[in-house]
Amino acid sequence: MRLQTRKLVDRAFSGSGVFAIALMAAALLILLTPIFIRGCGAIFFTATVEHRRIMLEKFERGNRETVEAEIAAAQAAREPVYRMIAEFERRLADESGAGRVKHRKALKELKKALQVLLGPAPGDIRPMMMRDQYGQARWERAKVKLERVLYREEWDYSDPTKSGILILKPRAEDFAGTAAEGVFPYLKQNADKMLMPRRTVYWQFLTDESFDSHMFGGIWPEILGTLYLTLGAMLLAIPMGVIAAIYLTEYARETPFVTFLQTCISTLAGVPSIVFGMFGLAFFINTLKISDSKSVLAGSMTLALMILPTVIRASEEAIRSVPKTYKEAALSLGAGRWHAVRSIILPAALPGILTGIVISMGRAAGETAPIIFTAAVSVGKPLAIWQTLTQPTPALSWNIYNLATEHEAVDEVRHVQYGLVLVLVSMVLLLNLVAIIARARISKRLRV
Amino acid sequence: MQTPGIIQESDPTTSNLEARDFSVFYRSNQAVKNVTLKLPAGRVTAIIGPSGCGKSTFLRAINRMNDLVPGCRAGGELLFAGQNLYSPDVDVVSLRRRIGMVFQKPNPFPKSVFDNVAYGPRLHGGPGHGKLEQTVERSLVDAALWSEVKDRLDENALGLSGGQQQRLCIARALAVNPEILLMDEPTSALDPKATLRIEDLIDALRGKYTIIIVTHNMQQAARVSDFTAFMYEGVLIEFGMTKELFTKPKEKQTEDYITGRFG
Repeated sequence: MRLQTRKLVDRAFSGSGVFAIALMAAALLILLTPIFIRGCGAIFFTATVEHRRIMLEKFERGNRETVEAEIAAAQAAREPVYRMIAEFERRLADESGAGRVKHRKALKELKKALQVLLGPAPGDIRPMMMRDQYGQARWERAKVKLERVLYREEWDYSDPTKSGILILKPRAEDFAGTAAEGVFPYLKQNADKMLMPRRTVYWQFLTDESFDSHMFGGIWPEILGTLYLTLGAMLLAIPMGVIAAIYLTEYARETPFVTFLQTCISTLAGVPSIVFGMFGLAFFINTLKISDSKSVLAGSMTLALMILPTVIRASEEAIRSVPKTYKEAALSLGAGRWHAVRSIILPAALPGILTGIVISMGRAAGETAPIIFTAAVSVGKPLAIWQTLTQPTPALSWNIYNLATEHEAVDEVRHVQYGLVLVLVSMVLLLNLVAIIARARISKRLRV
Repeated sequence: MQTPGIIQESDPTTSNLEARDFSVFYRSNQAVKNVTLKLPAGRVTAIIGPSGCGKSTFLRAINRMNDLVPGCRAGGELLFAGQNLYSPDVDVVSLRRRIGMVFQKPNPFPKSVFDNVAYGPRLHGGPGHGKLEQTVERSLVDAALWSEVKDRLDENALGLSGGQQQRLCIARALAVNPEILLMDEPTSALDPKATLRIEDLIDALRGKYTIIIVTHNMQQAARVSDFTAFMYEGVLIEFGMTKELFTKPKEKQTEDYITGRFG
């Protein structure tokens, strides 16, 4: 009886353990799959001729002759549309009364929708904003915009108890019986000839600057910004943290002051990151004035402060776990305390210290709150190394947040957002992988 | 520094290490009580006694390893080559170079066999590279380990067997040419065969170094040592030639201990 109870308890426990792990794996899969698939969409997608035009005009990429020939062919395919509209406009001048007003309004809307889809019509003045200078670069967005050309959105507010109901009205109705009537069936038929969608690998997404609030281009400034911030934070936090850990473990005596210090460090590890962000702004920028405004330097210092407790804690643990006998042996051979630390204790503690460093590194790369007030801007050029002392930078974590909450056209930059997320997640995973490998290699050297 | 080899082994009164009314305290607890003792140079001296009798504390006081223990302090005098080891102007680092130590558990560094032995010589700005190799070889030969490891000098020392590791630790201590070698129960973590090899090694080192060995094993003390000191509750009860102490102990407590009546 008792044996059976015990067995039952055992089985229940291991069963729930397996269940918990399976649940975690599933959660991870559910989380990572869309990130991966949609993130890859930023690089692998069906691009229109507009994308190739941007590549040629902004970066001199692609074969100029081929692309220009393609643009000419697309232009030729679009020509009937513009011709029909021009014809409609000419006849509009002869119209009068209510019909004219209605047609005028409809024409204006149609032209606008067309510009969004195809870019400015031939002969138009070159618009200011880059997003108005080109048509849709991504085919899946182009299809959405094509719908907007074909259908007009109308809201039905007749039922006061409900919010407005969206009704899609074919624009063709507005132009029934006019010269522009043919535009709509033509667009439906020839959209792919006008935009020439083709599977594309835009790997320069990772190395290009962004244009017009991330409407076009890549995310290099963000990647570089995150690298700068993370490296800067590590550069400051590692030496300070490891030295502090060595002091606390090897030099400091167990005085109440040291115990108090260690409590402080533990407390610091639990302080929310936004508090570090505010502190960074108040102390580094407003009080110390290390830069006029936000800068990579101030952000790095804030991040360093945030991860310092983790680095110290991990290093302390690692140093304490080195067998005391190593130290005794070194000292008995006539090594000074510092020499014993440097030649024996630190190398033996390295795997543990490394783990702490990489965990902190992942955290520094991913944290948003500390850099909001100290380093991050939503758009910017990639910085040169000396500019990091004075200039703010875009960064992956901040721009994910920024694009999701503050961008004026969220739908247009969704692929960029997923791209940012994928790159950030990959960066952190890669860092962890490097740490695991490094740790395994060093441990192997230490333990036979 | 004198060359260890030239000490005349015939003269048991030659001593370069002498305790005068020497005590060690852990805070208020006196672990070694007013020990007065001359340790014969070039000889093997065993310190025996039941657990907690202060024998390890006394041994560790000799190269000041007790400094690592918070609240530990010494009283009286411990003279090495005429100088009190606990006077404030003593350089602990160079002292430890002259008084080597082998610990209870083999504790090679997680480095290669070569680097383990070379650690001391390198530390003391030792000889050039060619001579370093000679020093390592000589130390390993002296520690009776050379033939076993000469083809695996680059391998991690932690891959050696326990007995080999302990002999490596002895080689490591010998590499800095100490005058005194302290051994703190060097075979307690080893099997009988490995123990025998260490004892043979101690025998071979006799005369070249002053060896002080703390042991729980009375047979071992009888086998390897020339002199034996018996300690009980921090007090040195009896000190004498091993042969005499084990056959005709002067003190009742010594007799009780070596006959196994307590301890």
